Amino acid sequence: MSLSNLSNLSVGLSTYLLVAAMLFCLGLYGVFAKRNMIAILMSIELMLNAVNINFVAFNRFLWNEKVDVHYVLTGHVSALFVIIVAASEVAVGLALVIAVYRNRHTTNVDELNWLKW
Amino acid sequence: MFKEMHDLFQWAWLIPALPFLSFLLIAFVTKRSKGLSSTISIISILTSLGLAIAIAYSVIQAGAEIVENPSITSVNWLNILGLKIDFGTIIDPLSAMMLFVVALVASMVQIYSLGYMKGDKGWSRYYAYQSLFASSMLGMVLATNLLQLFIFWELVGLCSYLLIGFWFFKVSAREAAKKAFMTTRVGDFGLLLGMIFLYTKFGTLDFAALSTALSTNFQNIAVVGTVSYVTVLSFLIFMGPLGKSGQFPLHVWLPDAMEGPTPVSALIHAATMVVAGVYLVARMYFLFDASPAALQFIAGIGAFTAIFAASIAIVQNDIKRILAYSTLSQLGYMMLALGVGSFSGSMFHLMTHAFFKALMFLGAGSVILAVHHKQDIWDMGGLWKKMPITGWTFLIGVMAISGMPPFAGFFSKDEILANALQYGHPIVYAVGLFTAFLTAFYMCRLFFVVFMGPEKPENHTHESPWSMTIPLIILAFFSVVGGWVALPEHNFAFFVHYGEFEHEAINWVLAGISVLTGLLGIGLAYAIYVKKIILAENMVLRFSGVHKILKNAYYIDELYLWLIEHVMGGVSRALYWFDIYIVDGIINGIALITRGSGKTLRLTGTGQVQTYAMVFFFAIVVIFMIFAFGENQLTALNPLATLGGVR
Repeated sequence: MSLSNLSNLSVGLSTYLLVAAMLFCLGLYGVFAKRNMIAILMSIELMLNAVNINFVAFNRFLWNEKVDVHYVLTGHVSALFVIIVAASEVAVGLALVIAVYRNRHTTNVDELNWLKW
Repeated sequence: MFKEMHDLFQWAWLIPALPFLSFLLIAFVTKRSKGLSSTISIISILTSLGLAIAIAYSVIQAGAEIVENPSITSVNWLNILGLKIDFGTIIDPLSAMMLFVVALVASMVQIYSLGYMKGDKGWSRYYAYQSLFASSMLGMVLATNLLQLFIFWELVGLCSYLLIGFWFFKVSAREAAKKAFMTTRVGDFGLLLGMIFLYTKFGTLDFAALSTALSTNFQNIAVVGTVSYVTVLSFLIFMGPLGKSGQFPLHVWLPDAMEGPTPVSALIHAATMVVAGVYLVARMYFLFDASPAALQFIAGIGAFTAIFAASIAIVQNDIKRILAYSTLSQLGYMMLALGVGSFSGSMFHLMTHAFFKALMFLGAGSVILAVHHKQDIWDMGGLWKKMPITGWTFLIGVMAISGMPPFAGFFSKDEILANALQYGHPIVYAVGLFTAFLTAFYMCRLFFVVFMGPEKPENHTHESPWSMTIPLIILAFFSVVGGWVALPEHNFAFFVHYGEFEHEAINWVLAGISVLTGLLGIGLAYAIYVKKIILAENMVLRFSGVHKILKNAYYIDELYLWLIEHVMGGVSRALYWFDIYIVDGIINGIALITRGSGKTLRLTGTGQVQTYAMVFFFAIVVIFMIFAFGENQLTALNPLATLGGVR
């Protein structure tokens, strides 16, 4: 077994994208199915981070053919923006959670159903 | 001279218009004032009578011309797509005769009512209805087309309903009024159908136009088997007269119509409204003449009605009912005359019958008032001495209807019977002759029981006031002389005939036979009720079964009630079931489906954010699939898109 035989096992773009997709789906499931408001916020964070992986992966794998420069930072900058936005969104989200908790004394999302028929 | 006459004829529309104006005035203005109401009504009808006499005189002066070219004045009333109807007046000998008869009898009845209806609370209402009736009937005889005639036909039916149910607080009167209206309505259904078919076939309802259309364009198109179109039309149109003129089987309303005041019975159910059917057949005679089967049917129905009603009349005890069945019988004569082709005979009998039947009804009213509103003839007796005028005039009426010369009924009845035999209808002749015998019998029975015999002291009778006896005298005069118009050169038949005119001399042999049968009837009545040779009670006992059947009018009313209860009731119950469970079921089903689907769909509105988020997600997935796999393949999956034809 030499290193060249392991080329099938080399990590390509699709691997990263796959991982990111799996993480995204996990986060999506969490948004739909979790009852705890904090858990939903955490799942949203997970989705955002999956997107970050995507950005970084594209940054690594897609500058080779077209761009002449040795390196680009587009992907990383986008990922940085996403992190900033995620952080501020978490701040707002947590404020909402606390407001709801103070009103209803519950973090169970199923109980927030006053718009039900 | 013809121009002057034409000017006069142009004013013919006033004849129905004046009583109608009187009706409006009484109904809306003078209802409180009794005196004013009756005055307006009587003045208007007398004016119409004057105009009618003037027109009749002019018609007679015009001679043969007016028979060929009747004077028609009309204006276009309706002119919508495919329907063109005029409103107008026609003056020919037939309408002139009818105008005179109707106006005369109506004015006599209205004057008579001054005495008869005295003290009645509905005085103004009575005279309003009388005016409306007079206006409608006069309008009908002037009608130029079938639709105009039908409008007035319905109006007289309405007036009949209003006047029969005049004493509306009596249940029997209300029921009789409804019965009259509904029975005639059954006939009107056929008439209306006939009118519609006529219009679709010939494009016009005008009598003159239809007459020329039928004579030039007569097509013997078979409709059902060998039955021609004209026959079907004739039968349909004849349904109207069947109901209105009380022919069997729609005769049931006339005896019950006696619930109305007696002057009403005299006017409507003896002299004028019931002859509307006969008049319609006469006006549309060109249609019936084209279909021998229809004429045969009319003759058969007429003859049957004549003998049927006469047989019932011989055992009745209510004076008005006897006269009602007598009217039915005489109407049968008129129809039978039209059926055998004796057009002038029928119209002649219409005229004379109007005179003597109205006379007898008014006489009966006089008698009823005299014995304080009793109507059973066995409660009366010996009224001759105390009521001479009523007695003599009633006797004239009885002689007229029995066909005794020289009174009016002799000429008209004899003409009908002679024509029946001469035109080849021996059975009809025999039936008519036997009915004449029965007629003489029951009318004399009535006369002898009411006016002869011992008096009943509890009755305290006295002669009626002048307002009642003067019309009696006038009508008696016409009952005497009315028949004499058959005698001169330009006799009744010269003016009122159909087709070619041949002057027929009176066949004295046949006339003699008719008189003989009349005398037989009188003789038999005399034997039973005056001389008491044969006792009436014994006859009743011996023929009790037959007597019972006749007394109950062959149980026809009971048969109809049974039919309505069981046949019509059964059908209506079935349809009711259908309506409740199927029709309503469908509607309620649609509502239930809406409710059910609403109930189900609302479950999507959970109020939970996560549910809505999932819906978003699924929508995004669908949009992604559309963009990824192409619109064409996915819209095939969209049923609404395929329904709308979007590709």
